[in-house]
Amino acid sequence: MRYSFLSLLANGLSGQSRWTPAWRDAAPKPAYDVIVVGGGGHGLATAYYLAKVHGIRNVAVLEKGVIGSGNAGRNTTIIRSNYVLPGNEPFYEWSMKLWEGLEQELNYNAMVSQRGILNLFHSDAQRDAYARRGNAMRLAGADSQLLDRKQVRAMYPFLDFDNARFPIQGGLLQARGGTARHDAVVWGYARGADRLGVDIVQNCEVTGFLREGDAIVGVETTRGAIRAGKVAVAVAGSSSRVAGMAGLRLPIESHVLQAFVSEGLKPLVDGVITFGAGHFYISQSDKGGLVFGGDVDGYNSYAQRGNLPIIEDVCESGMALMPRIGRLRLLRHWGGIMDMSMDGSPIIDRTPVPGFYLNAGWCYGGFKATPASGWCFAHLIARDAPHEVAGAFRLDRFRTGHLIDEKGVGAQPNLH
Amino acid sequence: MRIPCPYCGERDAHEFAILGDATLTRPDPAAPDAETRFHDYVYLRDNPAGAHEEWWYHANGCRQWLRVKRDTRTHAISGAVAARADATSPRDAA
Repeated sequence: MRYSFLSLLANGLSGQSRWTPAWRDAAPKPAYDVIVVGGGGHGLATAYYLAKVHGIRNVAVLEKGVIGSGNAGRNTTIIRSNYVLPGNEPFYEWSMKLWEGLEQELNYNAMVSQRGILNLFHSDAQRDAYARRGNAMRLAGADSQLLDRKQVRAMYPFLDFDNARFPIQGGLLQARGGTARHDAVVWGYARGADRLGVDIVQNCEVTGFLREGDAIVGVETTRGAIRAGKVAVAVAGSSSRVAGMAGLRLPIESHVLQAFVSEGLKPLVDGVITFGAGHFYISQSDKGGLVFGGDVDGYNSYAQRGNLPIIEDVCESGMALMPRIGRLRLLRHWGGIMDMSMDGSPIIDRTPVPGFYLNAGWCYGGFKATPASGWCFAHLIARDAPHEVAGAFRLDRFRTGHLIDEKGVGAQPNLH
Repeated sequence: MRIPCPYCGERDAHEFAILGDATLTRPDPAAPDAETRFHDYVYLRDNPAGAHEEWWYHANGCRQWLRVKRDTRTHAISGAVAARADATSPRDAA
């Protein structure tokens, strides 16, 4: 069924009883051309673009639970393309462009809202750094605007401009940035892929790989063995575990990142704001809750829950930025497991194992990358050559020295 | 999380700073394949879901380096011992 005003009207008049499931819950077939492991946003987007752009439709997406129940359901839904380095910025800007056409492409309301993202700066040195960042963005075709203190005050008068330690001097605005509805992105790609013939197989955990010589020719799963021409893995958070089954050690550590939602409020924060003197970012969901987060906890974890010190740290940063949230109550908080890579940037590449393709290392920037990650991974799988905007995301860059380290902190994953 | 520091007793984790995997061994720089070994040492990790040995520094306490055994699935800490006393860097102690 194509969604439209008419379909809404017709289903409304018939008591909403004629809606059909948006995708099939498929049973696995014995063999596929391509198996995508991981039914999150990246895996489903990969399957969608494999079918749509490259005409490869004999594809299965295998998900160990239900689709979108991992990091796709645990992020803070921010989309942006405000990177500096040439290996990153064109990729994220391509993602931004795909976000801008996503709902029309998928015929699905992903609630993409370009409400703007504002990175605050608090010193002259930080202003210089953000001016440089804004220029780098423009060179890659993105938008950016350097705002002074007065312009920021006009946007968000309630911020603590005269904070004794971190007075707000201005900000770098990307007006095209914003938020999207994370579940709808997953469901939209699932529906789009399904309509092109992709099998979405849930409750199907990969437990091993089928080998012929060196090559991987399929997967062992909890629902039986499935053969495939190519196996593509997009399981950020568990990449080391899955790659380990293929005999690979990755330049990745798994870390827990916490996120938070307050009780619902009337409209207060109409864009995304990031604090420049600590790691803190905040936006407001359409339901009214303030959605915010900060740093990873810092220790290796697969637990999907964090500890109190980082909660205190995030809330202190929030209070330094906008003291008026001090009497708000937290409604809930949760943790997701991040693939923290050794330079803070992702990997979309072939591996030394023939037939095994890897999409990993998204740190905590995976959500905004969903469309371009799927686009570029599909390109790599279909053509065995990297897409031009993802050519720097090589697995062997740590050996060759071509790191993409936005923060310049070195091989210490919990600092990225 | 509380870490049983052998010097200070059981202390809250926020007094500590983590360095990471304690099972890595610094390669011999004179070895013929030193380049490959250093790549593996600096960048590759086992990243296990389960028992993990890691270096923690008791920054807001006794300022000693500890080797802590922790389960990455549950955060349960099963032990902590002092890093070798004469090591200049905890990674050299392994």
